[in-house]
Amino acid sequence: MTTVHLDEVQKRFGDVHALDGIDLEVAEGEFVSLIGPSGCGKSTLLRVVADLEQPTSGGVLVGGKSPHQARVDQDYGIAFQQAGLLEWRSVVENVELPLHVHGVDKATRRSRAIELLELVGLADFAQSRPSELSGGMQQRVAIARALAPSPRLLLMDEPFGALDEMTRERMQAELLRIARETAAAVLFVTHSIPEAVVLSDRVVVMSPRPGRITDVVTGERPGVDRDVDDVRESSAFFSAITAVREALRKGHP
Amino acid sequence: MVGRARGVGAAVVSFVLLVVLWELAKLLLPDEGVLVGDTRVLPRTDEAAMPHVWTVFGRLFEPEVAGAADPRTVGAAVASGALFTLGLALGGLVLGGVLGMLLALAMQRFGLLERAALPYVVASQTVPLIAIAPLVAGWGGKIAIMGWSWQPWASVMVIASYLAFFPVAVGMLRGLNAPAKADVELFRTLAAGWWTTLVRLRLPASVPFLIPAARLAAAAAVVGAIVAEISTGTRGGIGRLIIEYQQSATGDPSRLYTAILGAAVLGLVAAGAVGLLDVGLRRYRGSVR
Ligand SMILES: Nc1ncnc2c1ncn2[C@@H]1O[C@H](COP(=O)(O)OP(=O)(O)OP(=O)(O)O)[C@@H](O)[C@H]1O
Ligand SMILES: [Mg+2]
Repeated sequence: MTTVHLDEVQKRFGDVHALDGIDLEVAEGEFVSLIGPSGCGKSTLLRVVADLEQPTSGGVLVGGKSPHQARVDQDYGIAFQQAGLLEWRSVVENVELPLHVHGVDKATRRSRAIELLELVGLADFAQSRPSELSGGMQQRVAIARALAPSPRLLLMDEPFGALDEMTRERMQAELLRIARETAAAVLFVTHSIPEAVVLSDRVVVMSPRPGRITDVVTGERPGVDRDVDDVRESSAFFSAITAVREALRKGHP
Repeated sequence: MVGRARGVGAAVVSFVLLVVLWELAKLLLPDEGVLVGDTRVLPRTDEAAMPHVWTVFGRLFEPEVAGAADPRTVGAAVASGALFTLGLALGGLVLGGVLGMLLALAMQRFGLLERAALPYVVASQTVPLIAIAPLVAGWGGKIAIMGWSWQPWASVMVIASYLAFFPVAVGMLRGLNAPAKADVELFRTLAAGWWTTLVRLRLPASVPFLIPAARLAAAAAVVGAIVAEISTGTRGGIGRLIIEYQQSATGDPSRLYTAILGAAVLGLVAAGAVGLLDVGLRRYRGSVR
C-alpha cells in the first residue's frame, strides 16, 4: 500500500495556479524530497497532504484514507522550518503535546517522550526550556514531537532551512537514522540540492506557474551498510546532483 | 526574588523622593505660589494648600472630630473606608475581569461578533462615569432578587466592573489571537478542536497580555469605585471620606490629604493583588515569541 497517493491534483488560489496535474506516489518507508524554485507550490503540496489546504480538484489519499481522516487518526507527523515549540512547556512536555492533545495518560506519554528524546539525542535536556536550546536542538525536539504518535508518514517543510551548514549535515545524518529506525515514509521539502540527494530515494523536481512536477531523479539515500559521509564523497552523489540541477534548469530556463 | 526586592527598593526610594520634593517646594516657593501677571503658574504652598508631610501623617493618629464622643482616629476612619472601597473595587475587578474574559473568548470564537461588538465595547468607555453612575443606581434600585433588595454598594461594584472589563476584554482578545499561524496550524494537524486549542495554546499565550491588562483594570476599578461612591452618595468608603473631609478642608487641610493618601494606598494594594496573579502564572510569562 502506498503512504501518499496524489492523482491529478490541482490547487488554485484565486488567479494563482499553485499546483497543476500533480501525480505522485510515496511508498511505505520511502524518502521523497520536493525541490524547485520559490513559489512552485512545494509547501502547498505538503499542506494538501496534511489536510491544511483543500485541493481544487484531484484525488488525495494518505495511507489509503482521506487526508482529513489521516489527520484525525494522527497518521502523519509534521515539522516546519520554525521549530514552533511552546515556550511555557518544557522540552519533554513539548514532545508530549500530540499525545496530551489526544488524552493519553501522563505516565504513558512521558515514557514515550523520553524514548523519543533519546532517539534524537536530547534525553539530557528533557526538563530544559525550549529557549535554552540551540536552533538545531529545537528542530530535533520538533522532529521528536512529530514522531510522538508513531506516524507512518513524516511531512517536513524545510526543517533545516534555518540551520548552519555543519549543523545541517549532522541533522541530515540524524534524520536518516531516525527514518530508518522508525521505518516511516518522509515527504521532505528543501531548497538544497545536496540535501535532497543525500536523503532521498527519489527527488521530485518542480517548476512554477503553474506548479508542476517536471522530473523525478533517483537519490543516493544510504542503506544500513553505508555511511552518509561516504555518500557525500561518492561520484554517484555528484552525478545525481548534476542531474537534479539540470532538471531544475530545464524547468526554469 | 532579587528583582522583586529591587522593585520594593525602587518604590521606597521614589516615595522618599516625592516627600523630599514636596517639602522642597514648601521651603523654596513662596506661600502664595508663583504668579505671572494674574495667572498662577505654581500652586500655593502655605499650610492650607500643602501641609507638611509630617502634619499629614500626624493627623492619622488624632481623633477624627476634635472633642467628639467617638474617639475614632482619622487613621482608623481612613483605613476602614479604604478597606470598604477595596472590597468593592476588587469585587468589581473580578466581576469585570470575568465578563471581559468571557466577551474576549466569544469574540475570538466568533469573528463576526468581534466586528459587531468591539465598537460598542470601545464606545462604552467614552460614556462619562458621572452619567453612568446615577443610571446604574436608578436601575439597581428597581431590582430585588429573591428577597434581597439592591444595595447602594452593589451599584458601586457594578460601576467598578464596568470600567475594569474594558482593558481585560481588549487585552485578552489580543492575547487569544497572539499565537502565530504556524502554532495554530500545528494544533490543527493534531486534530485539536477549538476547546483543546484554547486550553493548550490560546490561554497560555494570552497570559503576557492579560497581566498588564489586569493591572490597568485594577487601577480603573479603584477609580471607578471611588467616583461611583461619590456620585451615588454611597456611605462607608473612601470616596465618601474625601467629600466629607473636603468640606472642612479650609479648617483642617491635612485631613483631606490623609484620605487621598488612603486612596493611593488602596490603588497600590489593588495592583498588588494583580501582582499575586502574576506570580501564580509565572510559567506563562514571556511566552510570546
Ligand atoms: N494561502 C494562500 N493564498 C494565496 N496564495 C497562496 C497561498 N499559499 C500559497 N499561495 C501561492 O501559491 C504559490 C505556491 O506557494 P508555496 O508556498 O506552495 O510555494 P513554495 O514552493 O513552498 O515556495 P518557497 O520555496 O518560497 O517556500 C505561490 O505563488 C504563493 O504565492
Ligand atoms: Mg514553502
